[in-house]
Amino acid sequence: MKDVTMNKIKISANNVQVYYGDNHAIKDVDVQIEDKTVTAFIGPSGCGKSTFLRCLNRMNDTIDICRVTGDIAIDGEDIYDRRVDPVQLRAKVGMVFQKPNPFPKSIYDNVAYGPRIHGLSRSKAELDEIVEKSLRRAAIWNEVKDRLSAPGTGLSGGQQQRLCIARAIATAPEVLLMDEPCSALDPIATAQVEELIDELRQSFAVVIVTHSMQQAARVSQNTAFFHLGSLVEYGDTDTIFTSPSDPRTESYITGRIG
Amino acid sequence: MSDPVTSSLLSVDARTRKRNAAEKRFRFYGLSAIGAGLAMLVLLLVTIFGNGLGAFQQTFITLNVPLLEGKLDKSGERDLEKIKKVSTFGYAPLMVQAMEDALAANGIETELKGKKQAALLSKSAAADLRDFVINDPSMIGKTVAFTFLANSRVDGYLKERVTRESIADDKSIDAEQLDLVDALVVAGVIEKRFNLAFITGADASDARPEAAGMGVAMMGSFFMMLVVLALALPIGVAASIYLEEFAPKNWITDIIEVNISNLAAVPSIVFGILGLAVFINYMHLPQSAPLVGGFVLTLMTLPTIIISTRASLKAVPPSIRDAALGVGASKMQSVFHHVLPLAAPGILTGTIIGLAQALGETAPLLLIGMIGYIASNAPDSVASGLLDPNSAMPAQIYEWAKRADPAFYERAWGGIIILLAFLVTMNTIAVLLRRRFERRW
Ligand SMILES: Nc1ncnc2c1ncn2[C@@H]1O[C@H](COP(=O)(O)OP(=O)(O)OP(=O)(O)O)[C@@H](O)[C@H]1O
Ligand SMILES: [Mg+2]
Repeated sequence: MKDVTMNKIKISANNVQVYYGDNHAIKDVDVQIEDKTVTAFIGPSGCGKSTFLRCLNRMNDTIDICRVTGDIAIDGEDIYDRRVDPVQLRAKVGMVFQKPNPFPKSIYDNVAYGPRIHGLSRSKAELDEIVEKSLRRAAIWNEVKDRLSAPGTGLSGGQQQRLCIARAIATAPEVLLMDEPCSALDPIATAQVEELIDELRQSFAVVIVTHSMQQAARVSQNTAFFHLGSLVEYGDTDTIFTSPSDPRTESYITGRIG
Repeated sequence: MSDPVTSSLLSVDARTRKRNAAEKRFRFYGLSAIGAGLAMLVLLLVTIFGNGLGAFQQTFITLNVPLLEGKLDKSGERDLEKIKKVSTFGYAPLMVQAMEDALAANGIETELKGKKQAALLSKSAAADLRDFVINDPSMIGKTVAFTFLANSRVDGYLKERVTRESIADDKSIDAEQLDLVDALVVAGVIEKRFNLAFITGADASDARPEAAGMGVAMMGSFFMMLVVLALALPIGVAASIYLEEFAPKNWITDIIEVNISNLAAVPSIVFGILGLAVFINYMHLPQSAPLVGGFVLTLMTLPTIIISTRASLKAVPPSIRDAALGVGASKMQSVFHHVLPLAAPGILTGTIIGLAQALGETAPLLLIGMIGYIASNAPDSVASGLLDPNSAMPAQIYEWAKRADPAFYERAWGGIIILLAFLVTMNTIAVLLRRRFERRW
């Protein structure tokens, strides 16, 4: 259910174009992402959802051939400004990747790594607290509390993904980007993660890419539908799913393109 | 499509039979290739050990030498300066005397003159005895049981390399002397046993193969490896990390990449001549010094280390880098905290293999004067180890192999065994380190 009160705009993107070499992957996208809201990006495979998501924390900088133009501002500050250090930006905008990618270190170190490098804790006890809190919020604490020193890579796929979520929220980001976080999860773990997303909404702006219409409908308040690199429709999730204004949106959510 | 009624799983059709036959043939080729390889290896090892093990045994002659005060220290003052004035000529008569005593004590009769009897001893025997006395002048006046190296001909006779037929034209030994050797062996004065000096000692001149050892050349190799490790590892790893993780992909880095691959294939002698031109002729570093050898081998090893390091960095899944950057790690933190530890086993293996290659390298040393140089003393400090002229293990082996006396030939094979022992040890360490540091992700 969409909140009655309109939240403030956390991320505002205008005229965003992304090129991979000659491939024009994102075409003139304008999107306003609200704070303390879950925004879902949906669309057929290859339409540019991940690409756009990666623009929001400048992960695209690591791809040599990728070029981004346009304005993306977080809290009114242009993140592609020359003075912005992407490292600092990424501490503020956490990311969970499509494929679980825990560090080949212990479960504890996986979660503690971010707080450590950002100096978020002054003592071991404080760090322990952050680790426990993050693991609890990611709904994995009960499964791993007895083996915090075991390698994170030894967990099951779904557990690894929740560990990655714990790792992302441990750095206390303001925005959490999730690229198909549930694609490796079973229905139970998916439900847990969805619950978690709903809870995280209290503190962050969450942007989630998903291929599941049901998931988008369940967890998000706003939905953006991408098609062939363009943003076709963006708005209130209920509206998009019940009375889409664009025929392409309608055929996608009813399963005719994708 | 074949008729489903005619195709039965219980009978093999012609096509499958043909494929199975092809597979069998291929396995046979593979097995014969491996068999041939193993046979070569066995042949190699049998030859090396067959020829070389003898070098670790040496013939010694133990005599009771009367260290007469009248000959060695006429003044009786035990003044080291005066004792040092007595040359090896002063010691020779003592050895003749000792030999005669030994014959008398064992009831051996011979028509040989004293000098010819003493010729069974190594040509370095008098010098060894003199060194012993200078080290401990209090021994003067006593009779000491001293173990001399036997002449290489005697050694060869005991090792069946020298026979009564083969010495027909040999001026340094004759049949009567061999009779005497036989008698002394029976008496227990001459015996063959393990020779540590071959592993620890210095090379010796052409006339004294029995005294030649590998030790000083080993020190030369050791100091070269030290230089190579200290330079090639940090430079190679830093260059690889920069190229792999930080450098923009453009034509300059492409050229560098191609050049590194090409450098790995450059014949090592080219690095030798480069070393001669740059380090010795231009920079005036000392000739034959392990420092220069180390520099040259560093140049040679760098491409190996860079290539293997880059390969191990490439093998680290990119998702690990994304994960680190995603939580706000800087590029350098992502490399040093996550990528490098995962690549470490590969880097270590590459480094050790590069070092092993450098250890066995001979050609470049030729040009900087490390082959043919005979260092007679082991270096006594790190500086002298790096800067004093020295040889290296493979250079020493080459040097021995080209000398005329067959006694050196045996030592060359023995040297190869030592070199192989080093290489096997290094490779074992590489494997162990790999096992130790390998982590799965
Ligand atoms: N690293 C890259 N290099 C070059 N082109 C890329 C790269 N990543 C994505 N692309 C291209 O950009 C376009 C959008 O890809 P993107 O990964 O954003 O799609 P997506 O919507 O996330 O698809 P999916 O749902 O399958 O994950 C595609 O045409 C793809 O080929
Ligand atoms: Mg994607």
